Amino acid sequence: MTELNLELNKNTSGRYGEYGGQYIPETLMNELDRMTKAYEHYKNDPEFKTELHDLLVDYANRPSLLYYAERMTKDLGGAQIYLKREDLNHTGAHKINNVIGQALLAKHMGKTRLIAETGAGQHGVATATIAAYFGMECEIFMGKKDTDRQRLNVYRMELLGAKVHPVTSGSMVLKDAINAALQDWTKRVDDTFYLMGSATGPHPYPLMVRDFQSVISQESKKQLKEKTGKLPDMVVACVGGGSNAIGSFANYIDDPSVQLVGAEAAGKGVETELTAATVERGSDGIFHGMKSMFLQNKTGQINPVYSISAGLDYPGVGPEHAYLAKTGRAQYVGITDDEAVQAFEYIAKTEGIVAAIESCHAVAYVEKIAPKMRKDQIIVCTLSGRGDKDVASIAKYRGVDIDE
Amino acid sequence: MSKLTDAFKNQKAFIPFVAANDPDFEGTVNNVVALAKGGADIVELGIPFSDPIADGPVIQAADLRALKADPDLPMDTIFDMVKEIRKQTDVPLAFLTYLNIVFQYGYEAFTARCEELGIYGLVIPDMPLEERGELAPIAEKHNVDLIPLVTPISADRIEKIAAAATGFIYVVSSLGVTGERSEFANGLADLVNRIRKVTDVPTAIGFGIHTPEQATEMAQIADGAIVGSACVNIVAEYGRQAPAKLTDYTKQMKAAVNANPVR
Ligand SMILES: Cc1ncc(COP(=O)(O)O)c(C=O)c1O
Repeated sequence: MTELNLELNKNTSGRYGEYGGQYIPETLMNELDRMTKAYEHYKNDPEFKTELHDLLVDYANRPSLLYYAERMTKDLGGAQIYLKREDLNHTGAHKINNVIGQALLAKHMGKTRLIAETGAGQHGVATATIAAYFGMECEIFMGKKDTDRQRLNVYRMELLGAKVHPVTSGSMVLKDAINAALQDWTKRVDDTFYLMGSATGPHPYPLMVRDFQSVISQESKKQLKEKTGKLPDMVVACVGGGSNAIGSFANYIDDPSVQLVGAEAAGKGVETELTAATVERGSDGIFHGMKSMFLQNKTGQINPVYSISAGLDYPGVGPEHAYLAKTGRAQYVGITDDEAVQAFEYIAKTEGIVAAIESCHAVAYVEKIAPKMRKDQIIVCTLSGRGDKDVASIAKYRGVDIDE
Repeated sequence: MSKLTDAFKNQKAFIPFVAANDPDFEGTVNNVVALAKGGADIVELGIPFSDPIADGPVIQAADLRALKADPDLPMDTIFDMVKEIRKQTDVPLAFLTYLNIVFQYGYEAFTARCEELGIYGLVIPDMPLEERGELAPIAEKHNVDLIPLVTPISADRIEKIAAAATGFIYVVSSLGVTGERSEFANGLADLVNRIRKVTDVPTAIGFGIHTPEQATEMAQIADGAIVGSACVNIVAEYGRQAPAKLTDYTKQMKAAVNANPVR
């Protein structure tokens, strides 16, 4: 594997058109500034880059496979389908790419304590993992509703040495966990690094997270070239805050022939209130440190959101996605709970892969679009994570009673 | 001159806070009028936000109560509250809210309404100096001051923030979020002195003040004291009976900020 190029993004201003920025309390501004400067420095530092590389290879199990899904391709009868297997990474998802990068930066900044928000617990587990690796203190903020429904992941984080705080304010879900993590950070910036889990929040997070996740498309581009000599015609990834998607897109943004598609969680339907389809249903706003697109009411109150997938259950999207949507460079499509669950079962039965319900939103779109494409065309679909964590809830969705 | 700056003339200012629509339309009007009656120099009226990241549990709970009563609570309803308030008092008013609320209404329309109704300032905790640019010229045109926050860890940002300030400067007493406290960050006097070297714009200390003794102490350092959670607690506890209590509390705190400290 070649070293990760952290300078793919020439625009380091923190603005993506009108989106992005640093809409955050004054208490955090100096710290964000220190973080920005540290990142600008270390991303050019050969020692940092080597350390990052070694961790990605030796700890996270990179590069991840680019797998030709021959059965799916044949069954759908259209474009050739390649799966980028982030589910095979250590901790079972793309989240590890980002936490390794940010934790390494934290270490170089002299921080000894990592805090993070988590929804389903995937980012919390990844953060707790890297904190254990670096011997850092770790505290995870998680909505009380999520700690109740994801008890296994709570225990897993504790097993890794992290302290989990159930957040009881607001609607007690992911956005409230972010609020609580930000509040904790304002109290204790000296020794603490807030490790943001998606390509969201104030600058420099969207930039850093994009850079660290761009390993996905740096690899897939090279791997596909080796296998076929070609660029893909389409890249598909699921979008919660947008980290695996921006990482999957990053190395193709300047290749106009490559269509970029983000699969959002439509929940019960884009037109219903029970949705998390931010780009389709949302509007421009300012929240969690960024100007971007959000699900909100007319006054500007942030809406509660819904999806079967806890990892896509966020009322906003990273600012670069808002920009890619606005400029038309990427398209965003809503996938309902039903479609995602069907895709979960489909990919398990055709390819023998139990993929995360988040990732299955991307798979569901591939099922729809591949048959309409020519056989010489190529789709690269990112499988952002493994689906073991979802088996119980899919069974429940299907009305099957399994003993836990 | 700014009406807010004026409120600090020849005296120390006492600036209480209550949240709009807590408990309801009429309650808000009565609470603000009661604060004015007690001698408040400026009243800060909070516009509830679903996710008040800079506020502690007390004000968060007030915002949630206000939005529970009316989840869609339109900004125009809050402007109507101010209209009612204006029939009874001309106390200088400032809004405290988050930028998304202003952004959704439209910067031009929002600040124009403020000017029309005598809202002289906006405190927006999630709009730091670097992001003021999109709102500042529009607010200035409508004579609305953007009240900046300065914190104990603003360090070399202090002078830059102070230099751009109009109205007054909100000095955050300690790290973290709003809420009652018993201890304040050291070095507040140094912080205020650094501000005074750069500007004549007055300073008011807030975050955590609740007792008259604290108010006296803080007013020795700065030009005024801001009290949020303590007032919100009165509203939460006394409901319809809150106005009389708020008037009494304000009288007491107003005397405290202008008292000589017991050494
Ligand atoms: C497996 C998996 N995929 C996708 C996501 C969504 O996050 P993002 O949009 O930042 O990639 C999550 C979030 O928890 C996840 O666990």
